[in-house]
Amino acid sequence: MAQTAVAGTGRKPAPPKMDSHGRSRALARRETVSAYLFLLPSLIFFIGFVVVPMGICFVYSFLDMGINKAATTFVGFANYIEMWNDKTFWQGFWNTVLIVVVSVPAVTAFSLWVGNSIYKMKPIPRSFYRCVFYLPVVTGTVAVTVVWKWMFNPYNGLLNQVTGNIGFDWLGNPHTAIWCIIMILFTTSIGQPIVLYVAALGNVDQSLVEAAEVDGATRRQVFWRIKWPQIMPTTLYILIITTINSFQCFALIQLLTSGGPSGTTSTIMYYIFDMAYKYNRFGYANAMGVILALIIAAFSAVQFKLAKTDNA
Amino acid sequence: MVYRVITIILLILLAIFFIFPLYWIITGSFKDALTINARTPQWFPLNPILDNYVKLFHQPAFRWLLNTVVMAVGSLILTCFTASLAGYALAKKRFFGKAVLFTIIICAMALPKQVIVIPLLQEMQFLGLRDNLLSVILPTVGWPFGVFLMKQFSETIPTEILEAARIDGAGELRTFFSVVFPMIKPGVGALAIFTFVNSWNDYFLQLIMLTKRESLTLPLGIAKMQGEMSSDFGLIMAGAALAAVPIVVVFIAFQKYFTQGIAMGAVKG
Repeated sequence: MAQTAVAGTGRKPAPPKMDSHGRSRALARRETVSAYLFLLPSLIFFIGFVVVPMGICFVYSFLDMGINKAATTFVGFANYIEMWNDKTFWQGFWNTVLIVVVSVPAVTAFSLWVGNSIYKMKPIPRSFYRCVFYLPVVTGTVAVTVVWKWMFNPYNGLLNQVTGNIGFDWLGNPHTAIWCIIMILFTTSIGQPIVLYVAALGNVDQSLVEAAEVDGATRRQVFWRIKWPQIMPTTLYILIITTINSFQCFALIQLLTSGGPSGTTSTIMYYIFDMAYKYNRFGYANAMGVILALIIAAFSAVQFKLAKTDNA
Repeated sequence: MVYRVITIILLILLAIFFIFPLYWIITGSFKDALTINARTPQWFPLNPILDNYVKLFHQPAFRWLLNTVVMAVGSLILTCFTASLAGYALAKKRFFGKAVLFTIIICAMALPKQVIVIPLLQEMQFLGLRDNLLSVILPTVGWPFGVFLMKQFSETIPTEILEAARIDGAGELRTFFSVVFPMIKPGVGALAIFTFVNSWNDYFLQLIMLTKRESLTLPLGIAKMQGEMSSDFGLIMAGAALAAVPIVVVFIAFQKYFTQGIAMGAVKG
């Protein structure tokens, strides 16, 4: 009834020109104008502080911007070529890949296990566990990192005191440093996936589960055949956000090791920061930013593809 | 049954592992230098002292706290305001360019947030906002996650109610504030907490934008103290406690909204 009233207003003056929704042109235009007025405040911020910097990033990646701003010149793909030949960049790249390849499956599998173990609990223990695993996220990366740095301290750190390993420098050893970082990254990454899995598992069609159980399906079969396909979109989402976050791992590294010892914990993000902040080479830093964005986009696309075909 | 018991034990052990860093921050902040530098750990501060906090406030920690609160609250208010308006329009209005706009928003969300921080620095320098709290507030508001979340919540508003309001003669703004807003309030609550926590902990953005000692935020201040006096763990833990405890309290108090918001934001993936 409301629909006819709306459509009716446009009919009087001229032959009605309807759009695909059966509205008159004038009405459609009015709705468009009001929609953009609602969107305006948000768009100003979005364009000003997300779209514009993206543009800057892209354009500047073709410039050579030294410390001397006046000497900015267009250098074409020179920054990208330099990156290709830059050993430090590649070291950071492989470290980043290691972090992503270890932490993404670990975070996903672990949060799935926790989510599956707690989602059927009573509300209070469920909230308790959900909160506990989210705790490192809200505590904040910096606070979490400084306390770990203390615990990893060779002399008065808890870890060595408890294990009787006084003097061993976890963060100064090229073999252990990156694993310490991955471990801490893990604790700060699983909070959100667990919340998502608990929500997703709670939405699984219970009648299907019961029907399967009546038919004599084992626990494992119920999980992989019934729950897993239904939570696939959540898994995909978790894979993608965890990938994005792992690729951007920065604060932990800057605070714990500054990329050391001898570059074994440097990541792309850390190298970008170094280039821009220490050496003022904004052109080069932005070129690496573009590449990092492309790599992440490629990873996300692959995961999307794989998850889609898996499901079909 | 055995499986069940093992799971519970594992979960409890893991819970302890996850709570422990926070426990160690808080107890560490009450320990004196002697206890902290001893070769054996003291699991609980037997003679708690407040010296670390006294020292902390001689750093301009109060100023840092104030900066952090202004930054987080500023981001929260602006984000909730702009995102609820935009989310409503995206969910409930039919307009030219809607599909394109929504696609752009989704794509932007999939981009690494930190990559645009370096060019943002150049933009902020150009605008003369470096070392100004606005340089961390404005980009936080611009990030499209809020719009996406509010769109998800606004989808749940029945269209009939909006049409009824229109027929009763309510204007666009009137409809938004007296019909739409009350219905998406839980969503706004979730977004508010989300923005507050994220902005409080967005270390990279703050690190790039704020450099002067008096314009630092708490996380930056802690990082700075760690760089300057890396062995004074008591002081650093006091700083960490000051940064972490308020946010943990906020989180526990509004846990329900928070988890709901996270789950809502992911429905479409």
